[in-house]
Amino acid sequence: MARKSPGINTGSMADISFLLLTFFLLTSSINTEQGIPRRLPPPSDDKPKDLEIRTRNVFNVIVNFNDEIIANDEIIPLNQLTNRAKEFLENPLNASNLPEKDTKLIENMGEYPVSKGVLSLKNDQSTSYNMYVQVQNELQRAVNELRDKVSVQYFGRIYDKLDTALQKSIQKAVPMNISEAPPNTYGKTD
Amino acid sequence: MARFKKEGKKDLPEINTGSMSDIIFMFLFFFMVITNMRETNVKVKFSTPNASEIQKLEKKSLVATIYIGAPRSKNENTLPPGKVSVQLNDQTVKQENLTKDVRDFIAAEKEARNEEDKQKLTFSIKADKDVQMRYINLIKSELRTNNALKINYATGKKIYMNE
Repeated sequence: MARKSPGINTGSMADISFLLLTFFLLTSSINTEQGIPRRLPPPSDDKPKDLEIRTRNVFNVIVNFNDEIIANDEIIPLNQLTNRAKEFLENPLNASNLPEKDTKLIENMGEYPVSKGVLSLKNDQSTSYNMYVQVQNELQRAVNELRDKVSVQYFGRIYDKLDTALQKSIQKAVPMNISEAPPNTYGKTD
Repeated sequence: MARFKKEGKKDLPEINTGSMSDIIFMFLFFFMVITNMRETNVKVKFSTPNASEIQKLEKKSLVATIYIGAPRSKNENTLPPGKVSVQLNDQTVKQENLTKDVRDFIAAEKEARNEEDKQKLTFSIKADKDVQMRYINLIKSELRTNNALKINYATGKKIYMNE
């Protein structure tokens, strides 16, 4: 007859696993990679062609070495940039100094006057990265808000809530045209 | 009356803690699965800028990260004129090797993915907010010449106050 073996004490098991749990909680990171996605223009050996872009279709944003924002030759604070860019892209009164519109046929939406406006962004070598990202962010916000507006107008929902096909249509109606000019090299170094 | 007395005398039964460890283990596995260990040790100090119009990158396996910031130790390679290091993989790059290193880095990252994923490969720039744009521009032009066009400026989340 085998003797009854004494039961192993499992009381401390919970403590051990708690220890492991805290260890993993501390060492690991729930890494949510997030940021502002951008697409660089494809490389080209020859000089960029002088595209026929009229000055009325370009919104010049320059971030200088002092982190000041110059929008169409005028220094403006960061919080005005979104509204300026929106006003430029939207051109609600069809003003002659704001971008032209090109009426295009867009699926799901019919004919829509698409703005020909281009946001041109230029930075200095001494611009801080933070300012650059803030400016990118404000320009993106301008486009996103316009997309939301058009989306609500046509589909009754904001852009994020649409399905992919409709989002594509909105993207065509309100394109995101940011062109980046090569940076200036004047300005101080640190 | 006696009946009630009997019941009141009874001791409370002890709570069985045997399944406690199982529950904790379940937690443990849950956390092990949803998190990922940091696989590169970052040799630069950086705190990313904050932005509101951000998008989440979908798959972590399709992201290659470039770190730009102040070096953590004196031994790291820096780029002139400031004290800024660029880290690819596990190393900070020397100035004279920058072009070659970036090219190799991009080639290696592309090589590691299959044909379909190569198109979706995103290069995420994790840079300190105080870094001057010259370094970012340098990296961007290298990425561009090497045909790595999908980039991402890594940022934190900023909540906007509507004015």
